[in-house]
Parts: sequence; structure tokens; C-alpha cells
Amino acid sequence: MRLLTFLRGELFERGIHPPQYKLTAGAPILRLPYAPRLTVPLSQHIGRPAHPVVKVGQEVVRGQPVARADDWLSVPHHAPAAGVVEAIGLRPSSRGPWTESIVIRPHAGATQEDGWGVPRDVDAMSPQDILQAVWDSGMVGLGGAAFPTHAKLTVPENANVHTLVVNGCECEPYLTCDHRVMLEEAPTLIRGVRLAMRATGSRRAIIGVEDNKPDAVTSIQAAIDTAQATDIFVEPVPTKYPQGSEKMLIMALFGVEIPSGALPVSLGMVMNNVGTLAAVGRLLPAGQGLTERVITIAGPGVRRPGNYRVPLGTPMSFVLAWAGAPIDRTSARQLVLGGPMMGQAVAALDAPITKGVSGVLLFRREDMYDHGGRKTYPCIKCGECIESCPMGLNPSTLGMLAAKREYEEMGEQYHLGDCFECGCCTYVCPSNIPLVQQFRVAKQVLREAAAAAPATPPAVRA
Amino acid sequence: MSAVIEIRSAPHIKGPRSVQQIMFHVIGSLMPVCAFYVYQYGVSALASMVVVTAACLLTEWAFTRTGTQSGSIADGSAVITGLLLALSIPPGFPLWMGAVGGVVAIALGKALFGGIGFNVLNPALVGRAFVQAAFPVAIAGYTPSFLPGRFTEFIPSSLAWPLMAPPDTAAWLAAFSVDGVSGATPLARWKFEGVVATPTELLFSLSGHMAVGPAPLLILLCGAYLAVRRFLDWRIPAAVMGSAGLTALILFAIDPLHYPSPLFMLLSGGLVLGAVFMASDVATSPVTPRGMWVYGALIGLLTVLIRYYSGLPEGVMYAILLGNAASPLIERITQPTPFGKTGLLRRRRGASYPLHPDYISREEAGAVTPKKRLFKIRR
Repeated sequence: MRLLTFLRGELFERGIHPPQYKLTAGAPILRLPYAPRLTVPLSQHIGRPAHPVVKVGQEVVRGQPVARADDWLSVPHHAPAAGVVEAIGLRPSSRGPWTESIVIRPHAGATQEDGWGVPRDVDAMSPQDILQAVWDSGMVGLGGAAFPTHAKLTVPENANVHTLVVNGCECEPYLTCDHRVMLEEAPTLIRGVRLAMRATGSRRAIIGVEDNKPDAVTSIQAAIDTAQATDIFVEPVPTKYPQGSEKMLIMALFGVEIPSGALPVSLGMVMNNVGTLAAVGRLLPAGQGLTERVITIAGPGVRRPGNYRVPLGTPMSFVLAWAGAPIDRTSARQLVLGGPMMGQAVAALDAPITKGVSGVLLFRREDMYDHGGRKTYPCIKCGECIESCPMGLNPSTLGMLAAKREYEEMGEQYHLGDCFECGCCTYVCPSNIPLVQQFRVAKQVLREAAAAAPATPPAVRA
Repeated sequence: MSAVIEIRSAPHIKGPRSVQQIMFHVIGSLMPVCAFYVYQYGVSALASMVVVTAACLLTEWAFTRTGTQSGSIADGSAVITGLLLALSIPPGFPLWMGAVGGVVAIALGKALFGGIGFNVLNPALVGRAFVQAAFPVAIAGYTPSFLPGRFTEFIPSSLAWPLMAPPDTAAWLAAFSVDGVSGATPLARWKFEGVVATPTELLFSLSGHMAVGPAPLLILLCGAYLAVRRFLDWRIPAAVMGSAGLTALILFAIDPLHYPSPLFMLLSGGLVLGAVFMASDVATSPVTPRGMWVYGALIGLLTVLIRYYSGLPEGVMYAILLGNAASPLIERITQPTPFGKTGLLRRRRGASYPLHPDYISREEAGAVTPKKRLFKIRR
């Protein structure tokens, strides 16, 4: 195993090589028209929901802020279309529970031009101004985590950031939206990288791209040469899942392990996704807010798979109908937001596309892996999961402990907290044990226990 | 709209490997070994394999049917148990005793613990240990290979009536006027008569009329196939053979007259079969990579010690059973080190970029780096 890792030139050990299915890599980004109703949830990010600043019946133009940030880990939202605010209330969300949302009915024939932003000179902005502008644009990490970008770009006090790492790995099968962005918007990406470097005070930027996307590397290199940037580098890294994880990419580029529980900033690095920085490079000079994003619509159940630029808030059913996957009521299917390894199954077709959605995948009943009635066996202790866990955990033992609800032992002795739910162990498990699902439950139980535990009482002096 | 949408937990795609696939690959790679065994010993060996495997399958079926053990008969693991048990007993072993061994292997070795994946000891070896204790005379009664007429005539002991003592094969063997015919295995001859067979004879098992088990070379080739396809972990056979060879080599270097050469030790008896197919049984060996080395080394050492210093000529079976019993403990002290917990901020070779020159390493900042150790001792 280690020998194979060495021969392939891979720096992080273990991990898996699932089939890639990057069939839409050649499909240029297309624009989607407006759906009859757009639903903008107030919580599209990690952190507290935003506060609506519009009223029902109010007319809005595209790009107008409709909700303001509540606190530091919150971002404002902008109207994705010129139209009328039809309702503010509970609507289905992709996470399951109904959440507070603003429903906008676009005007008939409304264009997709931003009618609010005012262009500005970004070269004259100070790092503080850039961070504020990023916050005002409502940017969150477009790779899937939806962490507010301004918070990620803010360097903590007494930390020193020297390197901006840009993540262009896109290691999930099926997804190609970042690939297309790197091909089609490389100059914008470089502009965004420049802005982020100024905001963080980095002295160099390194763009890591998996080596199954050589055209993206060429395209970025050309943009770097055009911009005459001597402090921005693009580097192909080996293709392996989960190369796009923060820790794995840093291992591939610099050969160091981020200590457990620490952030890249402890090594003087800040990491961002290519899609995020390309959006920053486009929105900031134009003074606009984030109102659309690129998603990949793919999967065996889609007739016209491709990469689409979708107004935020477009309902899933509209997107699928457009991509040639109309939902009939005859056969069962599965709808996945994000990649097939870490993405989340959607419960409601009315759920909107939000800022953190990188793809919509549709699997028919006959494409699911347990279609042939695959059984779940007890763990046969083959050790495949240990050979595939990029974090070096022992999923076999963790799974057995989880089945017995020994959650505390999992956390204390078997480092459950280091698991980032990449799904490698479940992918390789020959016994078909839902390991990641058990770990998710265990982590949630531990989190709740930690939140419920009373703070240790202060020592009482006798 | 009432479309049917299923909600599942990620990952939504799965690797192709399944339990059945693993088991059927192991069975497939046992086939050449079995075929050569039948070629060596004829129709008796074939009958023994069929009867023992059938006994295992029937027992497995009964226990899965009544719901007292997990898994199903279709996963093929009982076939592996049966074939391995048949390969590890003499070809002329009475068929009814073989059937008893097969029933005990599944019932006591596997079903008792809850079925596939839960067994602590290798089921085939549980059956083997049972028949060794119950029928000590019959299990020592090896017959030579390549006897004339082996494809038409049963070894008389094979067809003993159930619950009856088998007829003595010595008189039957004496009827063959072939040179060097003996019912003793090379290990027994070394132990009790001081005659050492040459390693090449053992490796191919083709020359002469030796009372050896399945051919070591063939087992190694089949094991190599499995290891390359990653159906068994190469570390365990490597550790068993390495440790047994090393122990034998040290003893041989100390006293070459008293101890046989390490190659003889490695290739004689059931060591190769045990190392490749039995010690590497996934359910009863440690899952942790470092634990596999420890486990294999323990088995190799115990094998040589039992062979040299006990009353038995063969020690692989007890060594593996002891290793099985120790594997949960071995696993406990050889848990893998998680990413980022090594405490070492050492750079791997081959990285594209250095850390920035301004970066101050943890060591320079006064951080204490814990020592990396093979074993972890927990409170």
C-alpha cells in the first residue's frame, strides 16, 4: 500500500481512487433562466441566519440586499432577480427542516443583469476594505462547506500568514463546476487571488489542481503569465480522493501534517476554493453581491448533464426539468446535493439551490449500489477501511463501538473527532456497513453531550 | 407532486468489493492447491475434501437457518473452512472423522461466536485441533504421495465405518514394493528419526513418495495472487515466514548439528499453508497494519519453539490458535497513529514547495515533540 502510494507519487497515504465520471468536463457553463418563484433562505451558510430588510410586496432589483448579516459569522443575502417579494416565511430547505426564506417573483422578462452594484477601484482598497467588501457581497465558501469567506480571510491576531493556498482539486466524482470555472474564468480567478492575498497579507499564492485536469493548469498558467504575477503558482497534485480536503492538499503541496485540531493558519496558510476566489474576483470590482453560482448537474438519471450558472434560490425541480430529468411519479430515485462521496440527499424537490451547493446529481433506482439487494454483513475485519482512511483512524473498531453506542470511548481513545466524514471507509467496506453514518450520529451525540455538560464548577476553597 | 425520492446517507457510491467476492477469490485460489493435492494422493484426498466441505456447509446451513448465526451459506466462507481443514488432515483420514471435524469446526469454531466476522479462532483450526485431540492415532497416519493405483483405489483407512477404528495402513503400505515408502511426514522423521529432507524436494513435493501435505510452491503462488489483488494482507504471511525463518536461522547458527536448516523448517509441515491461508484469515487476525506484523511474528516464533521443544512434530496449528487468541490484545496496543497526531512536523520528501522561509517550526518555538513508538500503552 505504501509502495503503491510512493510509486504514484502521492504524498498523503491511504485514500481511494473511485471512478471519476467527470463526463461534463467539456460542457461550457450555460445560464439558466429564472424560475417562476425564487426562494432565498436566510440561512445558506454556517452561522446565524440573516435578518430580512425587505417587506412583502416590495419591489427589488437584482443584486439588492434583502437580508443583512446578524453577527460576525453571518452574511447578507441579495435578491437573485428583479421582481416582487411575494412572501417571507417558512419554506422547505435542502437540509430537511423548513427554514425562514424570502420568496421573490421575478418580473416577466427580467434580465440577469445586476441592477444594484456600482463598480469601484479595488486597487485603492486597504485590506480592511477588502474584507468588508467581501462580507458585504455575501460570499461563502462555494466548495460546499458554506463557511463565510470574510471570516476565513481574516487572519487572527498574533498569527502571520505567508501563503494563500487555492484549492482547485475537485476530487469528488461527477463534479466539474470548479474545472469549468478554472478554464473559463482564469483571469478573474487570478484577480480574486490577488485580492485575497492582499486581504490576508500573504506573500505567495499556490493553486493546487488535481492532475486529471491538465487543461485547467494550462489555462491558469496562461492567466498568470498574462497578469505577470511572479508570486502566484499553479501546481498539479496527484488525483486521489480526498485530495481536496484541506489537510490532504497541504500535505500534497508542502509535505507537512497539520497537527490534529489545528487550522492551516497555524502553519501560516489560508485556504480557499477556486470557485470562491473567482467569484470574489468578479464581484468585488463590480461592487455586486453573490446572486448566482455555477453548479454541475449530472448523474446517470440526467439526460442533458452539464455545468449551469444558476440564480440562487432556483427550485431543484426547475433545475432538473431544465437538464432533462423530469421527475415522474413512477420510479424511485435519489437526489444528491454536492458530490456522491460527501453530498447530502435532498428530501424535497421544492428546496432551492443555495450558496453551498456545488452540484445536483440524480441517481435512478437501478443506479444505486444496493439495487441488486446487497446485504450488510458483520464486520469481517478485513482492514480495508484502515487502508483507506486518510486520517489514519481505525474505522473498523470505531464502527463496532458505534454499534454498541460506546460513543465516549470512540471520542476519547479512537480519535473520532479527527474524522471529517470523507466516506472512504464506507466506500471500500465489503460488508456494506454504513460506517460514516454511524460516525455522524456518534459525533452529534458527543457534541450534544459536550453542550449539555455543565461547565466544571470552580474549585471551592475551604 | 408525489415522486418517490429516497433519502440516504453519503457516500452514495460504493466500491465493487463484497464479502462474497473476497470469499470466492480465496476459494478460487485454493483450487489449484486442492487439484494438486488430489493428484498427489488420489481419490481418497478427493473424497476427504468433498465430505469435510459438505459437513461444514451442512452445519453452516443449519445454524444460519435457525438464526443462531449471522451471514448466509451463500457467502462461501464455510467452503474455505472445509477445504482448509481437508488440506490440513492426512489424505487417508477416515471420512467419518473428517465429517466430525467439519461439524465441530463450524459449530464450535464459528456458530458459537455468532457466525462470520465474530469468530475469535480460525474455524478450520478449531476443527483440526478437535480431531487431533479426539483421534490422535488416525491423524498421525500419513500415507506417501504418488502411490501407484491411487486414482482407482481408496486408502483403506478412509472408508472406515463411522465410530469404528480405521484399519492399520502399515500392512497395506507394505504391499507396495516401492523404495523409501514410509508413512511418516518429513517433520516426524526429523523429530523421531533424525532424517532431514532437502528443501527442493519439499518445495515442489514432486519427487519420491513423501508423506507431505499440499505443495508449498503452489500455495505461495496462489497466495501471491491473492496478495496482489489485495484479497489477503501480505504482511501476515511475510511476518510468519520471516519470523519462523529467523528463529530457525539463529538456532541453526548456534548449533547446526542439533537444529535443521531454516529452509527445512519453512517448507516442511503445514507452515506455508498456515502462513498463507490460515494465519491471514481476516476475522481472526488483527486489523491494524502494525498489529499484523506483531501477530505474524508471534506465530512464526511459536511454531518453531513448539516444533523444537515440545513432544509434537508439528506446531503451526497451536501457534496460529494462540496468535488468534492474542490478536485482540495485539490490536489494542497497535492502533494506527492518526494524521496530525504524530507530533512530528517532519516534511515528507517529494513535496513541491518548501514552507515559507518566515515560518518558524514548532520545534524552534519550543514545542515538545513526543517520541514515535511502535506500541501505545493506554491507561
